[in-house]
Amino acid sequence: MIVVRDLEKHFGRLKVLQGISDHIKEQEVVVVIGPSGSGKSTFLRCLNLLEQPTAGDIIIDGSALTDPKTDINKLREEVGMVFQRFNLFPHKTALENITLAPMKVRGLNKREAEERAFDLLKKVGLVDKAHAYPDSLSGGQQQRVAIARALAMQPKIMLFDEPTSALDPEMVGEVLAVMKDLAREGMTMVVVTHEMGFAKEVGDRVLFMDEGKIIEEGTPEQVFNHAQNERTKAFLSKIL
Amino acid sequence: MVYIDFFRGTPLLVQIFIIYFGIPNLLYMLTHQQFPIEANVAGIMACGINSGAYVAEIVRAGIQSIDRGQTEAARSLGMTHGQTMQYVILPQALKRMVPPLGNEFIAMLKDTSLLSVIGIQELTRKGQLFISVKAAPFPVYLGVLLMYLALTLSISRFMSVVERRMAVSDRSA
Repeated sequence: MIVVRDLEKHFGRLKVLQGISDHIKEQEVVVVIGPSGSGKSTFLRCLNLLEQPTAGDIIIDGSALTDPKTDINKLREEVGMVFQRFNLFPHKTALENITLAPMKVRGLNKREAEERAFDLLKKVGLVDKAHAYPDSLSGGQQQRVAIARALAMQPKIMLFDEPTSALDPEMVGEVLAVMKDLAREGMTMVVVTHEMGFAKEVGDRVLFMDEGKIIEEGTPEQVFNHAQNERTKAFLSKIL
Repeated sequence: MVYIDFFRGTPLLVQIFIIYFGIPNLLYMLTHQQFPIEANVAGIMACGINSGAYVAEIVRAGIQSIDRGQTEAARSLGMTHGQTMQYVILPQALKRMVPPLGNEFIAMLKDTSLLSVIGIQELTRKGQLFISVKAAPFPVYLGVLLMYLALTLSISRFMSVVERRMAVSDRSA
């Protein structure tokens, strides 16, 4: 579903990604872990071209992201993204946050978009907050609305960029629960996170990144219990 | 931007002079024909171009003050640059532009008194003419000041109403 080949990203002289290759299959949940500055967020952001890769190929569903003929907006409709800082639109209610893109991009009418939005709000347990503005919601609630907003475009792939890192500890669980449901329903997911419990429980595959490279890759069991690389072991010993 | 630097970095009074006296003079030197410009037209042009420079800065700052994450969220949902601007960035940026736009509007209103120097009979000039005919300076100029004050106060009142109206979504619903 996503093929990444020799992906590189440089910021000036800083080489944040130094040749990433991976193949993410349909319905797979891939968890990316690694120390901060290892390039894991940049890798994720390259997958929907929020960062323009310096070199390499990303092929999503047969279309090359780096091919100038590919319609990036079209492709982004298929790739949902959830951000660390939620990035809800503060001037719109939860419901309007969710219906905006389906109406403007997919061309749904208001009734259809709201029907879909209420289904999603039910799924994330926030039907009663439909008409609330983001500022009046807790961090966990905002992130659940943000997930619903991304799902409203009915994407084939969901990217999560440290979705629980900006949350108070007691709100992490409610967001992870929504993500677990999604994984169970067969959504293809790439998740950058520090939640090792989530990685073990839900991840099909774990990528450990350091200094712009994937240096260990395998099932959660392989990576967490039988890490081969010294740096992986050192990282895991610090956080587990 | 040269335009913004130039019109913010030079005095409005000289800008008025150069549009009213300078440009017709330049055209005369080039073509040896007279191009008289009406004082009202020159005055409106000078104020408009000058204020435009300030407003352009306010608009730019307003748009740039919106968090990058807003653009990223909108673009990641497949919205085009135009849709992102129209539905996400500008509605938020406009709200932040209201207070500085109010200030600029008030400053411009007061600056129109400079137009008296090219003979436009605006409020200040009217006062001067009134004095030259039969009145004492103090009460007339005091009256002129109060009239400016009444105008600027009404604008700032109006702007705070607009601000309050636009702040609805910033509060808990």
